[in-house]
Order: sequence, then C-alpha cells, then structure tokens
Amino acid sequence: MIHELDDLLRVERLPHVWCPGCGIGIALSAFLRAVKTLTRRGKVDPQKIVFISGIGCTGRAAGYVKLDAAHTPHGRALAYAVGVKLAKPELKVVVFTGDGDLVGIGGNHFLHAARRNFDLLVIMVNNMIYALTGGQLAPTTPQGVYTTTTPYGNPEPPLDSVKIAAVAGATYIARWPITLPLMLQKSIERALVKKGFRFIEVISTCPEIFGRHIGYRDPVELLKYLRKIVKIRKNISPLEAEYDWFKVIDCGVFLDVEKPGYIELYSKFFKIKEG
Amino acid sequence: MRVKFQPGNIAVSEGAIVAGLKFFAGYPITPVNEIFEYLSHELPKHGGIIYQAEDEIAAINAIIGASWAGVKAMTATSGPGFSLMAESIGYAVMVEAPIVVVYSMRAGPSTGVATGTGQGDVIQSKWASHGHYELIVLAPNSVQECFDLTIEAFNLAERFRVPVIVLIDAVLSHMAEKYVWKSPKEVKLITRKKPKVPPEQYKPFNPDTEDLVPPMACYGEGYAVLAESLSHDERGYYDPSRETYAKLVKRLTMKIIRNKHKIVMSETYMASDAEILFIAFGSVSRVVHAIVRELRKKGIKAGLFRPITLWPLDDVKLKEAAESARKIVVAEMNYGQLYREVLTILRDREVHLLPIITPDPPIIDDIYSAIGELL
Repeated sequence: MIHELDDLLRVERLPHVWCPGCGIGIALSAFLRAVKTLTRRGKVDPQKIVFISGIGCTGRAAGYVKLDAAHTPHGRALAYAVGVKLAKPELKVVVFTGDGDLVGIGGNHFLHAARRNFDLLVIMVNNMIYALTGGQLAPTTPQGVYTTTTPYGNPEPPLDSVKIAAVAGATYIARWPITLPLMLQKSIERALVKKGFRFIEVISTCPEIFGRHIGYRDPVELLKYLRKIVKIRKNISPLEAEYDWFKVIDCGVFLDVEKPGYIELYSKFFKIKEG
Repeated sequence: MRVKFQPGNIAVSEGAIVAGLKFFAGYPITPVNEIFEYLSHELPKHGGIIYQAEDEIAAINAIIGASWAGVKAMTATSGPGFSLMAESIGYAVMVEAPIVVVYSMRAGPSTGVATGTGQGDVIQSKWASHGHYELIVLAPNSVQECFDLTIEAFNLAERFRVPVIVLIDAVLSHMAEKYVWKSPKEVKLITRKKPKVPPEQYKPFNPDTEDLVPPMACYGEGYAVLAESLSHDERGYYDPSRETYAKLVKRLTMKIIRNKHKIVMSETYMASDAEILFIAFGSVSRVVHAIVRELRKKGIKAGLFRPITLWPLDDVKLKEAAESARKIVVAEMNYGQLYREVLTILRDREVHLLPIITPDPPIIDDIYSAIGELL
C-alpha cells in the first residue's frame, strides 16, 4: 500500500480522468477519509456501504472506489439508491454525483427523496457547469457568465440546492468548499452515521471548462477566488445561506436535526429494520 | 393448487408473489393500477417492499437497484410509462440486472385512448432503448398464462440476468376468468447463480462459458461489485477499446440468441394441414382462435400459430407451422409490427397483414369482415 486510501480505491484504474486543478478528487478523498476514520472507530463497515453515482465528471467516481457501487444513467443515481436502500435497509447508501446530474436532469428525484426524508447521504459536487460534455449551461451556473450554450451570457438565475433540500425536508444540510477539505471530511463523518436525508454540497473548482471562460483558467487563481467568496457561517438557517458567485457563498452546517427517516416511517406500517 | 377466478392484473400479481417478488416500485397508470394496488395490500404480508415512485423513471431505476441489492424486483406500467423507462431498460441490460417489467398495452400513440386496449408496442417492448441488445418478451393470452408466465418471467430474468417484459394488454388486465393458482412448492423457481470464488478472484462480468451468464454477487456480500453503465470489461471497469466493446455487446446479445431454444415458447391450433395460417398473439389470438374454428366448420382449412415469446420468436416452430400453408395472415392491433418479424422468417412466402385498428376489444366481426378477400 502506497497511499493511506489505497484499500478503498481500485488503484489499478489510476490515473483518473479528472483534469489538473479539478476539485472532485478532493471531495472524493474527503469522503474516503471519513469512511476510513469511521471504520477505525467501528462505526461503519466499508463492505456495507454502497456508493452510487450518475453521469458526468463526478459520476466517474463510482468506478474508482473499491466499494459496492453503481454508475447509473444520467440523473438516476438517487432513484437507484432508493431501490438499494429499500431492498437492503441494513446497507449504508451514499449518492456521490454532480450538480447537473442531481438537481438538473435528476431534480425530481432530489425533491422527492428529500421530501420523504429518505435514509441516504447525498454528496453533490457542484462545479457550476456541464463539464464532461464541454462546458454547457448548468442549473447552478452563475447568472451572466459565458458558457458554450450561453455565449452571450447566462440569462438565468442559478438554483440554490441547499434551499431546495431545506424546503423539501432534509435532516442534515451543509455546504463546504474544496478549499476546506478537513471541514468537509468532518461533516461527512457526522452525516454518514445519521438517519434521514443528508445533503452536503461541495463547491468545487473546474478551471479547465468553467474557469477559463470567466477569467480563471489558472487553477490557483480560481482557488484563490473561491476562498475569497466563501464565508463560513454558524447558526444560520439554510434559507439564509447565500449562494452568489459574485458576492458570497455561505458555507457551514445549516441544518442538523433529528426526525424519523423513511425507513423508520415505513417500518411503522411494515416490519423492516435498518442496520 | 387452487382454482381462482380473477382478472389478469391480479393473476400477474399472484404469480409475482409466488415467484418470490420482494420489491415492487410503481407509478399509477391505466390499465395496471390493480397490480400496484393489489401488491400494496398483499406484498408486505409476504415480506416484500412496495414503493410508489415519483415517476416511471424512478420506478425502473429503483427496481434495478433492488435487483443489485439481491432481491427479486418488478414494476408494472403501460405505454407512456414504458417510454419513460426506455433509457433504463438499456441500463438493466448493460448491468445484467434480473428484473421483470409488466407492460399492459393500451391504445396509443401518446395518451391515445387511455382506457382502450392495443398491440402497438411489439417493437417498442424490444427496442425502446438505444444501442443493440437482446431481452425477453412474453405474451400471455389468458389469465392462466398471466399467472404462469409471470413466474416464468422471473425464472428467465434470474437465469439469464436480463430484463424480462410480460406484455399483456388492457383486455387481459381486466378480463376475469378461471385459472389454477399454484403455491411456490408446486412450481419450478430459479434464482440467480452466485459466485463460487472468493472476492479477490471474482469478476462480476466474467460469464460461465456454457451459457455466457456471469454469476452475480450482490451489494453487501463483500465483493465490491460495480454496476457500470459504460462499456466495461469482465471486472466492470470502463474500457472504450473496440475489443472490450465488441466482446461485451456480443456476449449480451449471444447469451439470449445462443440460448434461444431454452427460451422460446409457442402454440399451434389446427396448423398441421392448414392452407391458411393465422398468426396472432395476446388477447387477439383468442378471437382468431374462434375464427379458425368457424372457418373449419365451413370446410376451410385454417390454422393458428400463436407466439408466446415475442422476443425471441420461436422461428423453428413458426416455419414448421407454415409449411403446408398457401397463405399466411398476421392479425394484430397495429399496422404491421409482428408482421415485420414474421416476414424476416418466412421471407419467400405469401404473408399478409390484417391490421385491427380499434381501441375496443376486437370482436369476431372486425376480423371476419376483413379476411373475406384473403380467402
């Protein structure tokens, strides 16, 4: 073993597809470190984790982790995850996918999984662009910026996934930038052992496809800009958290409450038990 | 064993429970609502989970996930819902998920006559998704077959790790008749092959040589399996190379084609000396059956070939049945879908199409008036 995370990775598949300066690797590494820490403490068993991705740059993560996994059709990671969890409630099911996959094409599943407070950890890596297809407009893209399908500027206001998760009914909501990997890891550790719908948005950097069109082709410059606009907030509600690429992106844990998850609600009517 | 009097939708549900269904995901749609409602009531009593998804796309993906989690899973829908499921049917084929989809045809295109019946989805049931692939489509024509073939659908899905479609129609869904219900002990039940090697040696898409079907380790069993939608090698790893792609698509296709003789089913009626051979399936075959009987009374040598598997089709038996026939007439509720497939098998023969375009259950007169000029 060369790297401390090697036992959780399909190392024979490396190097990965992600570009230099991409934040997905940082997000994945934070997740795997959280798994490692919790395994060491006896809180999770990696053999009982199912790691599910959709399509896109982030979607490729499923192919690299040495866990039970799925690389599902575009937008359907959550829908697939729901089936896995219901069939085998003793498994810990994690959805790790991108913003276009989760709240663009898969938006309906996101809404309803959060509403049902489905027992899933959802990590959404937000690079604000459809990157794998070459830089088209995403629902999360800041207003006004250039994308390959909005060459005259994006007329649309972006979707704030944190607020959607909140109004739909999630039990844990956090947002972290990839510039704070340790905070992200701690947050994942907390969310992984919770019940109900847990949503963590990771603000990532995509210098190659997103950054270069808006004046931040240099990965370091893009990271520096991200650090500038990120503000860590304590004790604010998800509805107060700002998501504005030009002013401020509020980060932190916005919600951490206890309420019965779907499996618990379901088992009131039928005999099933979550492990 | 017990005699019951129930509609096709309920017989399908009963068959699924007997086959060992443990997860059903659905979305309301006519004419299969009774399947969803009946299973909502009954499946939990048999240790199964029932789930109403936000749409049909969610339903099909949920059953693929449940299948990979190791349980027998099913959904039920009609044309509009199946159209939404199309992409993920291909995913199920690609990751070799044993699933059953009950597809009750109604009168399309689009919303059409939602309460009407139809047979317009012969091609779609097989070719809805993109790319080249094989799957299995069964077409019952009675309530008894709704029960029996739903069990068979699970057996074929588990045996070949492939989606199996039970293609019925609004008539069969709602028509009640007597059938013989059998308990799980009275029927043959097949479950997927499991790996015989430890996780280090296991390759999830490495098939047994004789049948091209890989043993299936499921989630939580310690095998770290990956259900990969991309072109993948035997480990499930993405590989865009022409060798890997060709090998995968060939195996996914050949595991059905090479095993066709173990899959196909058909039935004939008065076909051995028939001069005019009708070909019909599903509820329409019952009407054609009656017509053949009437024609025989008049001294006309008519016969019927009824495919029970539409995909793959029982080509050997079809050729046999057509041997003595001067004319072959395909009667179906569309403008020639099964007809196209029959033409490829009986390409040197006189094959006619008899389209029945009505949202109502066809009556003998509909067909009888149309065959006059063909006789």
